[in-house]
Amino acid sequence: MIPEKIKQINEFTWELPKEGEMHVPVKIFATKDLLEGMDDAVFTQAVNVANLKGIQKYSYVMPDGHSGYGFPIGGVAGMDINEGVISPGGIGFDINCGMRALTTNLTYNDVKDKIKELVDLLFERIPTGVGCKGFVKLNRGEFQEIMTTGAKWVIENGYGWEKDLQNIEEYGCIQGANPDKVSDKAISRGINQIGTLGSGNHFMEIQVAKKENIFNNDIANAWNIKQPDQVTAMIHCGSRGFGHQVASDYLKKFLDVMPKYGIKILDRELSCAPFSSPEGQDYFSAMACAANMAFANRQVILHRVRECFSQVFDRSPEDMEMNLLYDVAHNIAKIEAHNVNNNPKKLVMHRKGATRAFGPHRMKGHPVFEKTGQPVIIGGSMETGSFLLAGTDKSEETFCSTAHGAGRCMSRSQAKKQVSGKDLQKKLMEKGIYIKSASFSGLAEEAGFAYKDIRSVVDVMEKAGITKKVVSLIPIGNIKG
Amino acid sequence: MSFKYIEGIALAEAAFEAEGKDLKELFEACAAAFMDTSANPTSIKSVIQKEISINAKDVESLLYNFLEELVFLKDAEAIVFNKVEVTEISETSVKATAIGDKINKEKQELRADVKAITMHMFKVEKTDAGWKAMVVMDI
Repeated sequence: MIPEKIKQINEFTWELPKEGEMHVPVKIFATKDLLEGMDDAVFTQAVNVANLKGIQKYSYVMPDGHSGYGFPIGGVAGMDINEGVISPGGIGFDINCGMRALTTNLTYNDVKDKIKELVDLLFERIPTGVGCKGFVKLNRGEFQEIMTTGAKWVIENGYGWEKDLQNIEEYGCIQGANPDKVSDKAISRGINQIGTLGSGNHFMEIQVAKKENIFNNDIANAWNIKQPDQVTAMIHCGSRGFGHQVASDYLKKFLDVMPKYGIKILDRELSCAPFSSPEGQDYFSAMACAANMAFANRQVILHRVRECFSQVFDRSPEDMEMNLLYDVAHNIAKIEAHNVNNNPKKLVMHRKGATRAFGPHRMKGHPVFEKTGQPVIIGGSMETGSFLLAGTDKSEETFCSTAHGAGRCMSRSQAKKQVSGKDLQKKLMEKGIYIKSASFSGLAEEAGFAYKDIRSVVDVMEKAGITKKVVSLIPIGNIKG
Repeated sequence: MSFKYIEGIALAEAAFEAEGKDLKELFEACAAAFMDTSANPTSIKSVIQKEISINAKDVESLLYNFLEELVFLKDAEAIVFNKVEVTEISETSVKATAIGDKINKEKQELRADVKAITMHMFKVEKTDAGWKAMVVMDI
């Protein structure tokens, strides 16, 4: 139920005014329908975030928002670097879960007769599902290199092209990573998981950019989406067991130190510590290690995707122009400079189920994105497709943040009651989407009807001027954990 | 010994409530819920045995750390389990044997990868009938 105190600002913006111990109001981006569809806990959680020390301007909720633990999913909070806190709950267990999109010069006609062969090969070659192990064998020293250098190390060791780096958020490496701040348990969980998808909503998908689904020709062209029915691909995954353990370790540590810093525990999943405290700094250093592992993970998967296409089409990935368009993080904390009421400030930007959306101004120096803005990759359900958006200079209003996906509107168990994985696979096959999954129940949990309408989510952010629609991509093949 | 999944706690996750007449039954019921979420236990052979030993400051931390150990073994050693037997238990210490097999998606009916045991609504309480727990897993 929508809280009584909510104020409608315009067609797609709502505010919960500051009251009690809130430092800032809550701002929600949503149509009335999307707002009504949000579960009650979203509002409580967004208010709890507004209570956190050092939060600036607003506790934001994106239109794909739904309740998580501690922070809502689709939550954005910028904390003052000196006065504010850092919270593992504001980042999520899957640190640097994110999206990666690549383009090809193939068209649907080139791929349609080989889609089964291609998806079967991808499913065989990219480890998916519960506790899957990767194919990159690393010793501890090498894994530490990945923690500190991210995608760079794996590219230097043969898993990608040098030019991939310029098309990854933060060039595939968050500064400040320190492996000494990561537990042995986290290393044991993650060392064998580079190059693996995992399960849940993670996927690798082959898509088509239909002519009628291109909203902005100039930007699509600049991003190498130039021909009708051009084939693209997308990867959605994160830091696997490594990041999950880092998050669990520090969630517990912070609960123990909160009383020392005089921080009230509103919700155990909202555990936090002052960013400038030794514990806060340690978590940021460990989180950066996990974020860098995730960039490396998606890089190795991209490499495998290129290999599989190459094998099936008997052409080199270079010849098929399998260029990385961009890689974005949607569960992360980053240090960014922003204007707060005309004062420049350094903030610890928490984005949990939210994506950075830099406009052209912030992408100065990038050969393409300084004109178009940063690509934002919005992953949809495997039935409805995904979107590529471009960040605008107006995104400064939300500390350069936008939505991340369709957002769930139905629980996993409810989805499983409505459809079986096998039936869904068959239904999608009839619609021209060939899917392989490590788990039929997992497949059913990700059915399209379990998600909000992705089109209304991206429309809200377009109307708010934060991101603009470039193209929507229709799935034709998908592998899932 | 029993557990049941609960809906409407958090949309993207899996929550369960478990009961037992004593702590042994409660911990085994919680382990059963974790195993059932990860894979169909009947599709897993009994090949590998792991000994688990956890100490904690109170019964809540004990259950939390015990379940986290199962999550850890799933990733670090790539094992899925079909049986967990608690051999010794108090409110601050537990010893258990977990039995299962190396993960193999061709041979086993795998389900969801549990990323973490969360503290969201996490609760262990004594009841008239014994013990009860509420757990939300991030998947």
